[in-house]
Amino acid sequence: MKHETINRISFRQRLSSYRNNPLSFLLLLLVWCAMAATVFILLFIVFYILVNGVPHLTPGLFSPVYTTDNVSALPAIITTLLMVGLSLAIAVPFGIGCAIFLVEYAKKTNRFIRYVRLTTETLAGIPSIIYGLFGMLFFVIALKWNLSLLAGGFTLAIMVLPTIMRSTEEALKATPDAYREGSFGLGAGRLRTVFRIVLPSAMPGISAGIILSVGRIVGETAALIYTAGTVAKVPENIFASGRTLSIHMYLLAGEGIYTDQAYATAVILLGFVLVINFISSFITRKITKGQD
Amino acid sequence: MEAVFFITACASILAVLLICFFIFVNGLPAIAKIGVFNFLGGTKWAPLNTVPSFGILPMIVGSLFVTAGAIVIGVPIGLLTAIFMAQFCPKKMYHPLKTIIDLLAGIPSIVYGFFGIAVLVPFVRDTFGGNGNSILTASLLLGIMILPTIIGISEAALRAVPSSYYEGALALGATHERAVFFTVFPAAGSGVLASVVLGIGRAVGETMAVIMVAGNQARMPVGILKGVRTLTANIILEMGYAADLHREALIACGAVLFVFVLLLNFCFSAITEYRRRRE
Repeated sequence: MKHETINRISFRQRLSSYRNNPLSFLLLLLVWCAMAATVFILLFIVFYILVNGVPHLTPGLFSPVYTTDNVSALPAIITTLLMVGLSLAIAVPFGIGCAIFLVEYAKKTNRFIRYVRLTTETLAGIPSIIYGLFGMLFFVIALKWNLSLLAGGFTLAIMVLPTIMRSTEEALKATPDAYREGSFGLGAGRLRTVFRIVLPSAMPGISAGIILSVGRIVGETAALIYTAGTVAKVPENIFASGRTLSIHMYLLAGEGIYTDQAYATAVILLGFVLVINFISSFITRKITKGQD
Repeated sequence: MEAVFFITACASILAVLLICFFIFVNGLPAIAKIGVFNFLGGTKWAPLNTVPSFGILPMIVGSLFVTAGAIVIGVPIGLLTAIFMAQFCPKKMYHPLKTIIDLLAGIPSIVYGFFGIAVLVPFVRDTFGGNGNSILTASLLLGIMILPTIIGISEAALRAVPSSYYEGALALGATHERAVFFTVFPAAGSGVLASVVLGIGRAVGETMAVIMVAGNQARMPVGILKGVRTLTANIILEMGYAADLHREALIACGAVLFVFVLLLNFCFSAITEYRRRRE
């Protein structure tokens, strides 16, 4: 059966209504202008970087060894991937474990939960420069790790911890209780229920949080300069210093003579962001589809 | 196993305690040595002079000016866009727009900063005069950077308003625009406020993008077309070579910033708590 709209307003009616109501028309214009401005800004940034950067994506930029001539980005790319892996290896177990405790184990009236919530909210609001300062004071100086991948990794792990924890918590809460009851009913213990039943069904939400964290790690600069350092080659072990792509770009942009290469590095960074956003929107769509 | 999960749950508490401890223990002695009033109220920052002076008032004021500028530019555009997304957006446009806003949130601050150097600095120099590295440029850039924060949270707040508000307004003869702006929007007030507080937090704490466009002169702000240095910039620019009291003073700078951010966080959770209560 075809639905018919009975109170459809024609364009002419709408126009005359705006004539009687100039304020409404003004508001409508404002709202559309604001939206257009937002879209324009994003497209402008993206296209400006692409147009100026893509022509400078030369093979030299991807040569395995960094020299001041080729200012190769490849070591920085590898370091970035190492940094992502290391930070996630630390943050993911803690984030997921914490969420499991809050949702599956703790009693809802537990005061401890409130402190965990409060501190996670605090962590989420701390700017990256404070993380950088803390990482320098604690990991680099107090624990004597010096400027190293490990110090940077731990600093970033704390930084992304709230993201992973919150998304896991949401995902666990969204898992229907019937799953748990069914599992208990079949004689499974709490631990088995969590790992075999609840976590797998919460996986899309958890991975969305992890993807988001990857984005933050890749884009981070201020927290890494004084923790992971700026050495321009692939670190040999986790106690060696290395620069990630964002730091690499900051140093290039600061030099003044590598503007072209900085544009090209920006393109690589944007590429990372685009891929990450694509994956996360793919996952989100999967989650919402599952709910329908 | 429960114990293991409990230990992981302690991680965030431990992290916050450690951060507070290390920032304050390393920063406060410097404030004591320099003197609270000389440090917070001093207008001269000259750590390398033979008689060094460590006044961070210029940086505090600088941070406030730049943040205020970002709010003036970012909040109106952000709120109007949020209203568009929640109430005006044709269905087919929603997904592309959402993608665009998410992308805006994902761009690293270093790329924003580079964009600022390449586009905004020359733009401000040619349009308004000055040398381009100025409060205005930094405000423009930060205004753009806080857009996704403001749009995201405000949109959620607008969507949380019961549709009966909107329908009631329409039934009383209001146009769509009037209903949205004068009933739905005020009803979402606390959520909108929360988004602005979070935006302020982002603007105050932003470092890399601001360094690249703000000029970084450590002096009291003299005009919106002149350069300025923020608290964040002060830390990252000088930490590389600072020693002794200078270095401690920079950490103290971080402590001041940290207190500032904690206050903002407190405001934010107070607002969210108020919202939860009201529901």
